[in-house]
Amino acid sequence: MSTGKIIRKDGHYAHHFESAEQEYTSSKQGVWLFLSTEILMFGGLFVAFFIYKGMYPEIFHKGAESLSWVYGAINTAVLLTSSLTMALGIHYIQKGKNSAALTQLIITVLCGAIFMGIKYIEYSHKFHLGLYPGQMFSGETGGVENLPLYFSFYYMMTGLHGIHVLLGMGLITWVAIRTARGDFGPKYYTPVEGVGLFWHVVDLIWIYLFPLLYLVE
Amino acid sequence: MSTAGAGHNYLEHGKGLMSWLTTLDHKRIGLMYGIFIAFFFLLGGIAALLIRLELFGVGEMFTGAEYNKLMTYHGAIMVFMVIVPGIPAILGNFFLPLHIGAKDVAFPRLNLLSWYVFMAGSIMAVCTLLLGGVDTGWTFYTPYSIGTSGGVVLMVLAVFILGMSSILTGLNFIATVHKLRAPGMTMNRIPLFVWSIYSTAILQVLATPVLGITVLLLAMEKVFGIGFFDPALGGDPILFQHFFWFYSHPAVYIMILPAMGIISELITTYSRKTIFGYTAIAYSSLAIAGVSFFVWGHHMFVSGQSAIAGILFSLITMLVGVPTAIKLFNWLFTMYKGSVQLQSPMLYAIGFMFLFTIGGVTGIMLAVIGLDVHFHDTYFVVAHFHYVMVGGTLMAIAGGMLHWWPKMFGKMFSEYWARISYLFIFIGFNVTFFPQFILGSMGMPRRYHTYLPEYESLNQISTVGSWLIGTGFLVLLGVFIHSLMYGKKASENPWHSKTLEWQTTSPPFHENFEETPVVTAGPYEYR
Ligand code: HEM
Ligand SMILES: [Cu+2]
Repeated sequence: MSTGKIIRKDGHYAHHFESAEQEYTSSKQGVWLFLSTEILMFGGLFVAFFIYKGMYPEIFHKGAESLSWVYGAINTAVLLTSSLTMALGIHYIQKGKNSAALTQLIITVLCGAIFMGIKYIEYSHKFHLGLYPGQMFSGETGGVENLPLYFSFYYMMTGLHGIHVLLGMGLITWVAIRTARGDFGPKYYTPVEGVGLFWHVVDLIWIYLFPLLYLVE
Repeated sequence: MSTAGAGHNYLEHGKGLMSWLTTLDHKRIGLMYGIFIAFFFLLGGIAALLIRLELFGVGEMFTGAEYNKLMTYHGAIMVFMVIVPGIPAILGNFFLPLHIGAKDVAFPRLNLLSWYVFMAGSIMAVCTLLLGGVDTGWTFYTPYSIGTSGGVVLMVLAVFILGMSSILTGLNFIATVHKLRAPGMTMNRIPLFVWSIYSTAILQVLATPVLGITVLLLAMEKVFGIGFFDPALGGDPILFQHFFWFYSHPAVYIMILPAMGIISELITTYSRKTIFGYTAIAYSSLAIAGVSFFVWGHHMFVSGQSAIAGILFSLITMLVGVPTAIKLFNWLFTMYKGSVQLQSPMLYAIGFMFLFTIGGVTGIMLAVIGLDVHFHDTYFVVAHFHYVMVGGTLMAIAGGMLHWWPKMFGKMFSEYWARISYLFIFIGFNVTFFPQFILGSMGMPRRYHTYLPEYESLNQISTVGSWLIGTGFLVLLGVFIHSLMYGKKASENPWHSKTLEWQTTSPPFHENFEETPVVTAGPYEYR
């Protein structure tokens, strides 16, 4: 079954595999299984979101008014760009152009940083207005009961997502360093691909968060 | 026995504590889980004995508050640190690669990592004692858990981390079964133990993330007051129950499916007969895993969920009985006209079949809404789940450990004393838990530290039973220790079993087999 396509630079693969190809497909399967657990974990939050949206549609309407869709849209664009650069990074490694790949990976990390910077601006603006989650809320409810619950969702969902962005940035930095060191090449790039998949899923989650939180009518 | 040049057996491959703490060998990792899970079992067991001591009479030994903590630690430790990880982490780790003719699991490093994650979670859970303890019960129901003080936050974070460990193990096993089977080892030739661990792994990967987000939300609720589950802030405490059981019902199959896998191995080996209905047993594991996602509402019949939901959950729950019964009947047909040998592992297997059947049938009774309104939160439920978790899973662990002991350590054990342990555990178990069915149907509620005088005599019987169980497990521990110290050397295949692990040395080589086996037949070619 070995086609000998995927081989590490040093020609090795872990002792318990029969071939490098087998190691590669196993790793990829592991990554996909892990990503499914991420989606299920966020899935729980989304389910709770829709349940409460059915219960109190008014708080989601009112709450969304306090978010700036401009910031949200910029962040969406930033993350989409980063997905593209991530994909390009893998593409270049497959073609053996490591320095081009490195540039793309660095841009990806920078995009992550921009995303987090904008989130920081958004968060501090809300803190300023007292728009804290749940019990800590001290802002204006504008007569809408349970409005603080909306902000609980806002912070839980974007917060958990933000942690994943940070994790992703860390992982991409790690593969970037290894790329610079010359660990990867056309025959072996499994970690880069795994990290890339993770990054795409983090993006994907944002693609759902953006309309749900920012664009509620 | 061991051919020259084939290398050390796994116990001698590397010496010293560090060689264990950094090992990537699935067999050693399995043993490391075993040691600590046994220790946590001891902790949980001591809590259980104290609970029973309190309930020996109407009088008070512990205050209500102390009792609540004992009951919480007993439940949480036994569920999250013993029975859920138990079989996959110990026997699954050790035997899954051997069963499919692999050198290791797909991701050995991840395997070691999940052991460390498990240890971290467990230590956190125990540390909650320093913060004043947890008194919510293992289910952490809101809104009580939001209001109560103590170590709830740390405890639920511990559960989150233990869940991560469970996910990593499951993920590893799925990839291993998919990718590392030896040449000729088709999915229809893997041992039934592997099928059950595989089905369990799917549940671990798909259900545990929901537990993760649930306990995370609960922690946030307590730290920041986010209000998802707090009626004072517009939240819904019942939603917590839905989330919790969406994981915790599948989790009960995480606990029982691997046990069923062990029983399949034991029944066929000690009946010296090809397993009856291999395919049916294999796929019924998947069926149970699938159905288990749609029955969680049976824990909530009296929570105020809609009548339609109740009826649907009731019907689907009863469906679970079908694949379960399929397994039981196939085991019985395997024994029928087999040359059944009542070796101690087989005794445990037969005990499993008795007790698990009682547990399963009472489960179906609880699935009947009319009955459950009466039985809910009484000792009937307590008896039900102990019949499946102790009578089922723990009996299977005991049987499995005995069965595989010679392979794991290369030593035989005292059959005589192993049988004595069985007698104590089996009899003690029934003495402890059968009266609880009666108490429950008389209406005795669970989770209180005292009760009305008319419940006293049955409670006393139950407490005496708990001492018998305790004795039985101590005897079993003695059997294992004695074997390690004085046991006779075990041959490669003392039980004349046909599965692959018995075709290598006892204990196995570091890399399991001298050379990768090539498989040409199914796992149970007896007769
Ligand atoms: C034939 C299969 C089974 C059926 C139909 C069934 C049904 C039920 C039902 C309806 C309840 C809810 C009772 C109530 O709270 O009023 C229940 C509780 C429970 N069952 Fe089962 N069950 C089955 C198998 C199992 C197995 C295999 C396990 C574990 C290994 C298990 C563990 C539990 C536990 C732990 C609870 C109580 C949880 C709590 O409230 O603390 N059950 N079962
Ligand atoms: Cu259930």
